[in-house]
Amino acid sequence: MREPVHDVAVIGGGVVGCAILRRLALGGSRCVLLEKGADILSGASKGNSALLHTGFDAPSGSLELSCMQDGYREYLAIRERLNLPLVETGAVVVAWNDDELAKLPGIVVQAHANNVADVHEIAPAELYLREPNLAPGAFGAVLVPGEHVIDAWSAPLAYALQAISNGAGIRRNAQVNSGHYRRDHWILETSGGPLCARVVVNAAGLYGDRVESIAREAPFRIRPRKGQFAVFDKSAYALVKAIVLPVPTERTKGVLIARTAYGNLIVGPTAEEVDERESAGVDRDVLEQLLEKARMLVPALAHHGVNAVYAGLRPATQFKEYQIEALADRGWITVAGIRSTGLTGSLGIATHVAELYARHFGPLLGPLRNTPDPVWNPVPNLCEETTRRYQQPNAGEIVCHCELVTREEIEAALSGPLPAGDLGGLKRRTRCMMGRCQGFYCSGRVMEIAAGRLTQPRLERVKT
Amino acid sequence: MTRHSNHEVIIIGGGPAGLAAAAELARLGIDNVVVIERERQAGGVPRHCGHHGFGWREFRRVLAGPAYAQRLVAATKGIDLRTGATALGLEANGRVRVLTPEGIRMLEGRRVLLALGTRETPRAARRISGTRPWGVFTTGALQQLVYLAGLKPCTRAVIVGSELVSFSSLLTLRHAGIKPLALLEESARIVAPRPAAWVARAAFGTRILTRTRIVAVHGDTRVSGIEIERDGVREHIDCDGVVFSGRFVPEAALLKMSHLAIDPATGGPVVDQYARCSDPAYFAAGNLLRPVEASWTVWGEGRDVARAIAASLRGQLPAAAQHTNLEATAPVRYVCPQRVAFPAPVPAALPINIRVGRPARGRLRVLDGAHEIWGETRNLLPERRVILPFPLHVAEYVERLAIDIDETVNR
Repeated sequence: MREPVHDVAVIGGGVVGCAILRRLALGGSRCVLLEKGADILSGASKGNSALLHTGFDAPSGSLELSCMQDGYREYLAIRERLNLPLVETGAVVVAWNDDELAKLPGIVVQAHANNVADVHEIAPAELYLREPNLAPGAFGAVLVPGEHVIDAWSAPLAYALQAISNGAGIRRNAQVNSGHYRRDHWILETSGGPLCARVVVNAAGLYGDRVESIAREAPFRIRPRKGQFAVFDKSAYALVKAIVLPVPTERTKGVLIARTAYGNLIVGPTAEEVDERESAGVDRDVLEQLLEKARMLVPALAHHGVNAVYAGLRPATQFKEYQIEALADRGWITVAGIRSTGLTGSLGIATHVAELYARHFGPLLGPLRNTPDPVWNPVPNLCEETTRRYQQPNAGEIVCHCELVTREEIEAALSGPLPAGDLGGLKRRTRCMMGRCQGFYCSGRVMEIAAGRLTQPRLERVKT
Repeated sequence: MTRHSNHEVIIIGGGPAGLAAAAELARLGIDNVVVIERERQAGGVPRHCGHHGFGWREFRRVLAGPAYAQRLVAATKGIDLRTGATALGLEANGRVRVLTPEGIRMLEGRRVLLALGTRETPRAARRISGTRPWGVFTTGALQQLVYLAGLKPCTRAVIVGSELVSFSSLLTLRHAGIKPLALLEESARIVAPRPAAWVARAAFGTRILTRTRIVAVHGDTRVSGIEIERDGVREHIDCDGVVFSGRFVPEAALLKMSHLAIDPATGGPVVDQYARCSDPAYFAAGNLLRPVEASWTVWGEGRDVARAIAASLRGQLPAAAQHTNLEATAPVRYVCPQRVAFPAPVPAALPINIRVGRPARGRLRVLDGAHEIWGETRNLLPERRVILPFPLHVAEYVERLAIDIDETVNR
């Protein structure tokens, strides 16, 4: 007995997989997403800088740029219906010496070539008017008004939930181990059982090359690049308004300071080539350097606490460009090498994948027909700039005091069509235990409420 | 609760300091006092210290933490104690924005007592390398999991730190049936009095490792082990739990968002000898003032500060015309209160309390410029309560007094 055949199986529940699932579901395709983790966003998508990029500094004419700009537009178009935040910060690329100053005109030219027309140089006086807490000594800056801060977690969650509302399925704890192409459909062997699908989309992120080897010898290799971040307490939020970027070098875009949607400031990322794919660790010395850098850029940060540190892995390949293509003879679409721009690019990538699907598999499977009246399911707001649940009447019990998370929000995250699969998923959905005390006050209460409802951790009771 | 209410005193925080203050204000005949407590039950940290060792000074009984917390609450009978209510903001004129289960309310107090308490420094703020699996706790988190939620969060754990609270962690682990494998201390001797370690070693078989620091946490979904460094040598310990104990910091987030001055050395508010903050409508008591004192000390402090508040309400505590700043010089880590107000019409509510950052032996001095106005030879250890028996109310105003230790003087 085989399961019913799906039109599409998307492998990988990161932001890219969730966005593709949404696009295909809205197109009327019978699709399912397979995620090996206990919850979506368990890999590369759980740790990034949560920025919505204009693409001002992306390679002109690249697929990456067009996906980012399509993604940017679509995010702004749909965000209100999904209740997704937008913190309109803008960005400044700051030159701290003559060499960097000399590079600023080139950044403006590049931006204009990429049709980001409002990018322009500003004098130090205007920079300090905008950012009075920035360390003295800046030579000049480029202002990028369209760079913004979003929420890296509620966006993909909203895409996944909208996909489900419009008929898609999501299977977690379903690692794809192997697959066979039989004339016109794939049989995938997963840790959650076998599954049939006519087309497979490989959006496996950090495991993109391994999953690709199911269809062919992978023409790329994932070279995870680690980025470490530190999160300053909410007391630091007001110190910086714009995203403060350095002038990029050949190797890296460098360390930025930015607000988060949750009312913190982050500093990061580092860019380290690593072999590990599973769990990225932080390193004390690197963090100290990062914090030193942050205090150099914004001296007042010396008086603010660090709430959390984390590391994310970017699924880079040996190529700079996204690796997206359809294997028409094998019912396969490759979506790999989506580096740090994936959060912005995801909606654009999804549209591009839908086009590939329509072109190569549409004649066979029928065209995608956009649902005339799709379901829009707003997600709970985690952004400090818009009204949080606790600020509304009858918020009830506050469970997490640092992040002001209500019991109602935690209960909601543990139920519904895509409940939190593990504690990480619960934290990402609600921000509980993510504040300055890191669970000193609320761990017991959170785990009491969540007892028996998460895959990880499963805790015994104390014997009395 | 109405949207706006007026009170004689608003007490923020229903732990030992706040509850002791509430009871004392009632005894002194101050009506219309309200206590704001964000947890569902008042009592503060002792609520989740399931072991004994509380209550002797206050109630002449040896109690476990939860029973002690209940007694503190019982002693405030008749006082308006609102649990599940979180202070969101502090403003001038004693205006406090409070989140209640029904919505956000504005409370206005002639005086406000901040008794916000303390918490431990978690792993992230200590910047320990490695991954972030389940199994990394502070003592507070561990105790709430074990004593309040009844959960056994791991099976074999290592405790980082050797303060008194670290041994409280050890008792908690034992209560939950978790094996306490080892206790790590970076310096050459444990911070708590030595007998604590003897008991831990003899009764629980716990390895007490001094001159040892934790380097990294390993594990994917759950902790699989930790890496330690002992006298420069790296070692791996298999365990599924790590408890970061101690290194208390005042729970001062509310202060940082307010108009009140903060002392970077204590992490708490700048106060005078009457526990008045930089805005004299605000007072502070308990471990918000500085890290960290035991519950009975904090309880006494709440009571003493309540008396200062009562005096202030009755006009017996005039506005400060001048302040003498007290300045800590290394190895003295902090001094609390940070300043002495003049005129000083009544005896101080807070004694001069200092801590050293490392063991130090020598002459502990109060200096007016180069002139020693008080001094005593002492042998001081970190995290021990040190009180300077220096009578503030008879002191003369000077701009500043320095507190230091002359380590060239050795008995």
